[in-house]
Amino acid sequence: MSEASGVLPGAVLSEHTRHEIDHWVAKFPAGRQRSAVIAALRAAQHQNRGHLTAELMDAVAAYLQLPPIQVYEVASFYSMFETRPVGRRHVSVCTNISCMLRGADKIVEHIERRLGVKTGESTADGEFYLKREEECLAACNNAPMMMIDHVYYENLTPDKVDRVLERLK
Amino acid sequence: MSKDIVNLEVDGVAVQGRKGQMIMEVTDAVDAYVPRFCYHEKLSVAANCRMCLVEVEKAPKPLPACATPIMEGMKVHTRSPKAIAAQKATMEFLLINHPLDCPICDQGGECELQDLAMGFGRDAARFTERKRVVKDKNLGPLVSTDMTRCIHCTRCVRFTAEIAGLQELGTLGRGEDMQIGTWVEKSVEHELSGNIIDLCPVGALNSKPFRYQGRAWEMVQQALVSPHDSTGSNLYGHVRRGRLMRVVPRANEAINETWIADRDRFSYEGIYAADRLERPLVRERGVLVPTDWQAALEAAARGLRDALDRGADRCGMLSLPTATTEELWLLARLARGLGVANIDHRLRQRDFRDQAADPVFPGLGVPIAELEAQDAMLIVGCDLRQEAPVLAHRVRKAALRNRARIAFINPAEFPYLFPVAGYRSVAAAALAAELASVGRAVAEAAGQPVPAVFAAAAIPDAGQRAAAAALLTGSRRLVLLGGLAERHPAYADLRALAAGIAALAGATLGYLPGGANAAGAALAGVLPHREAGGRASAARGRDAGAMLAGGLDAYLLFGGLEPAQDSSYPEGEAALAQARFVLALTPYAPESLRRHAHVLLPVGTFAETSGTFVNLEGRWQTFTAAAALVGESRPGWKVLRVLGNLLNLNAFDYESSEDVRAEIERELGVLCGQAADTAYHGSWQLQGPLPGRLHDLGIYQTDPIVRRAPALQQAQAAARPAAAY
Repeated sequence: MSEASGVLPGAVLSEHTRHEIDHWVAKFPAGRQRSAVIAALRAAQHQNRGHLTAELMDAVAAYLQLPPIQVYEVASFYSMFETRPVGRRHVSVCTNISCMLRGADKIVEHIERRLGVKTGESTADGEFYLKREEECLAACNNAPMMMIDHVYYENLTPDKVDRVLERLK
Repeated sequence: MSKDIVNLEVDGVAVQGRKGQMIMEVTDAVDAYVPRFCYHEKLSVAANCRMCLVEVEKAPKPLPACATPIMEGMKVHTRSPKAIAAQKATMEFLLINHPLDCPICDQGGECELQDLAMGFGRDAARFTERKRVVKDKNLGPLVSTDMTRCIHCTRCVRFTAEIAGLQELGTLGRGEDMQIGTWVEKSVEHELSGNIIDLCPVGALNSKPFRYQGRAWEMVQQALVSPHDSTGSNLYGHVRRGRLMRVVPRANEAINETWIADRDRFSYEGIYAADRLERPLVRERGVLVPTDWQAALEAAARGLRDALDRGADRCGMLSLPTATTEELWLLARLARGLGVANIDHRLRQRDFRDQAADPVFPGLGVPIAELEAQDAMLIVGCDLRQEAPVLAHRVRKAALRNRARIAFINPAEFPYLFPVAGYRSVAAAALAAELASVGRAVAEAAGQPVPAVFAAAAIPDAGQRAAAAALLTGSRRLVLLGGLAERHPAYADLRALAAGIAALAGATLGYLPGGANAAGAALAGVLPHREAGGRASAARGRDAGAMLAGGLDAYLLFGGLEPAQDSSYPEGEAALAQARFVLALTPYAPESLRRHAHVLLPVGTFAETSGTFVNLEGRWQTFTAAAALVGESRPGWKVLRVLGNLLNLNAFDYESSEDVRAEIERELGVLCGQAADTAYHGSWQLQGPLPGRLHDLGIYQTDPIVRRAPALQQAQAAARPAAAY
């Protein structure tokens, strides 16, 4: 197919990102590289310190030989992908039923006060991004919990949250 | 009975279906209507609107008819209380976020949602919460958007991905925030993208040029045939009080299925261009003066008579290949009746050396519907998507569904949207050498001696061998000569070589002629070397190129043709400037005609005249005048008839275009409605190229109507610079 997108993936995606994408493409049958879009976007988002740009998505599309819109669809669907500039560390507090019953709302309020941002916002220094919502992360036995950059922090209290955020600063 | 037959029951009636069919296909076949929004027979099944829920006995819940395969003994109820309740519940959900703006919506009156809400909607809404509002998208000059009305059926998304082959729209976000869009602001560019307007079951996607112009119930629907390419796509013109307001497709499975090109859909605006000629103009002391028809026709006849007195061989008649067969027939009769042998319609062709070997009329060689059943194609000198967008879709289907091996040999890499077996992009001057090498490769691959026509060919390279191997796939093979080949300065050689390849490969040789009615023009005898039906003419006249090179005293131009725009001979403008008499029968009065013509007679466009187009299958499609003529213009055939009368030609008394067609049918006999015999009967002698370059033709530069359609001219596809190769 002759699909012109104008973006040279090699100039936008780092060598590490391209290796990561190749690794995932190899897991699927030939011609099914569309299956690797999620993994490719995750790598691209890591490369860009936590969010995707149109240029990055176009580069992923060009690298996987897909129409760019198919990449935009995936990026806009999943809450794990950020398509606007946000803070480097993604803080997501579970507010589903178990965590809610164990005081997750208070944890969210505490983080909002401490970071000085509302859910869906990032701190001015670009360090933290408090995600708007997170679905159940399957840690109900140790509720309430939060996840920062894929690491679980469980049995949260305001004090514990303070210690975690302090350490990450 | 075959194992593939499935017996089931629909609403208590026993019916049969084929294994693998969905319930919807069976209910449609027996006219048991099931409401639907997302289902479309030409698109993949999405099953996301849930409107087609039906009751199936022993199934615990209603099932979507579009996505449920039929099974032996299944009992389907499309109108049971359970089915109706499910359909009504779906409708209520669909209407939750749909605005109540039908009074200002262009879709009002022809809206699938409106119609089904009548049948399945509640009379009052129970939803009291806030409705969602979605920002409109700018999809370019052709398609208008009101995205709040969107019900997310994704027909448009599936169209761009599956039919166009260039996915430009997608579903973005999710849940309440899901939207149909492009993410980055961009126009839809594909040349078939206007079809998403028809596919949209609600008022979210509409025609931008038609926005707020009229209501569905004010217009009368008239059948038309596209004048823009030789496919002969079937159209409906929607006419309000004599004015053509918009154009939509008329389904014809044999030709255009349910699709039409944007060129067919939006060109109607060009009919009402600012330079439309509304009254006859006659040049008096160097100035064009509006006059009445009587005086103008007499001036025209006088001018022609004077020119004939100086010698019929110093007169030339040229017509666009977009005129109706009736007009072309009368033009040819007029010319031959006056002893004028210089008559032609092949305005863009450069190389006429091999014209004696032309088929009686140019044709595809196979029916359009069978294009998709081909196993292999070699397409030579053809920007397929530009020249015939609807045929390009058929070729794409052949590549995708039939896994046809398709190879191109072109002077540039034109975008194509399907897997190809090989794409050879070589300089225009090297096309003949390329074809020769491919021919040699075909001979070698087929184990046959290399024919003389390929004697001088270079040893084929890997790409040429791949193209040759591709053509030798399967049994149904086609070698297609496109518009760029036809306009090439070495057309005679390209054709001999392509014919040689076709003969070696046992393939059909086909032509993709430029102009909607090139076939009709050839049949009518608008050719310098042939009379009607392909009979060799007694006196051999000059071809279009020789006529436009200058040296004639008088020209008759039919159809609003301007040499600089409609021919490969821009020098024709100078030829007209030095002529003593130029008569233009034209819908338009552009600057160049105003400068050169001595008499301008206003004639109707394709939408305002009755007539017949013959498409590249040899299919005769007659249509009646849909719109009223603009100003004092008259149908072209009537003007030609009166000219014939004024010039005292015999038997020029036609009452109607049907009379003319009846005469054509009498004279042509079996040639009417027959497919072209495209076999090559030429000399097989290569002659080398003529001087001159091969010019590209923009997709929206093909004819005077398209050039005057503002929305098309704003489209991105119109912006591609015209290249010379």
